[in-house]
Amino acid sequence: MAKNPNRPLSPHLQVYRWSPQMAISIFHRATGFVLATAGMMTLLWWLSAIGGGVESYATFQKYVVSAGADGTALQIASNWFFRLVALAVTFSFFQHLASGLRHLVLDIGAGYELKTNRLWASVAFVAAIFATALVALIVASRFQGVL
Amino acid sequence: MDSRTNIGRVRGLGSAKHGGEHWLKQRLTAIGNILLTTWFVASLLMIPSFDQAALAQWLAQPLVAVPMILMIANIFAHARLGLQVLIEDYVHDDGLKFGAMTLLNFYVIASAVFGIFIVAKLAFTGAPA
Repeated sequence: MAKNPNRPLSPHLQVYRWSPQMAISIFHRATGFVLATAGMMTLLWWLSAIGGGVESYATFQKYVVSAGADGTALQIASNWFFRLVALAVTFSFFQHLASGLRHLVLDIGAGYELKTNRLWASVAFVAAIFATALVALIVASRFQGVL
Repeated sequence: MDSRTNIGRVRGLGSAKHGGEHWLKQRLTAIGNILLTTWFVASLLMIPSFDQAALAQWLAQPLVAVPMILMIANIFAHARLGLQVLIEDYVHDDGLKFGAMTLLNFYVIASAVFGIFIVAKLAFTGAPA
């Protein structure tokens, strides 16, 4: 179908001021995508490295966790990449969990009043950021000797 | 053969009773994921050692292998439903949509089978040397 670019458009996303309710909706989708791809691929690599034996687990550790003193440049770069992936996946997990719980509450018909809706959308973000920071601290204290 | 139009053939028959299936499955797998991933995160925090032998022994136990297999299956089922909606909402070209849906199904089924096979092999045959 030929489209006439001069036709009037209905107001769309760009004319509205962003609210937590709008942000949480798109974050739910984006974090779900991150978990389904980066999250699950890393989990499967970890599981197959465990199943593959000592050598295959050592490869996983060198590329994902820590290249060690004799690590190659590629392994060190890969470590930094996977630190970012781990942070993104951890945040995505808690964000998707918090906003998923919010969806389950909305599904039973509760929490649609404007102020309540806005409040719990914000709470979900704060909870996800807080939980991510907590996990980052635990991991840092356990593996990097921080704390 | 009848010569009626598609709409004429189904008019008056009522719904196919499939309307809520996707929505309900998405919620059911979501609740399953809450339980299974909570178990997984708690286990990760409690694992005493992250060396391969200890992890292989841990994963081979029935009470770890079974929830792990359930978690892999449930997560990929949930991911399939969720990513299906993403494709339906954002991919407008019919051909591209068909291709994306095919790739999505290949991805989730192959990944789930791969993960389940790894865990089952460890559980049934023990850890490799």
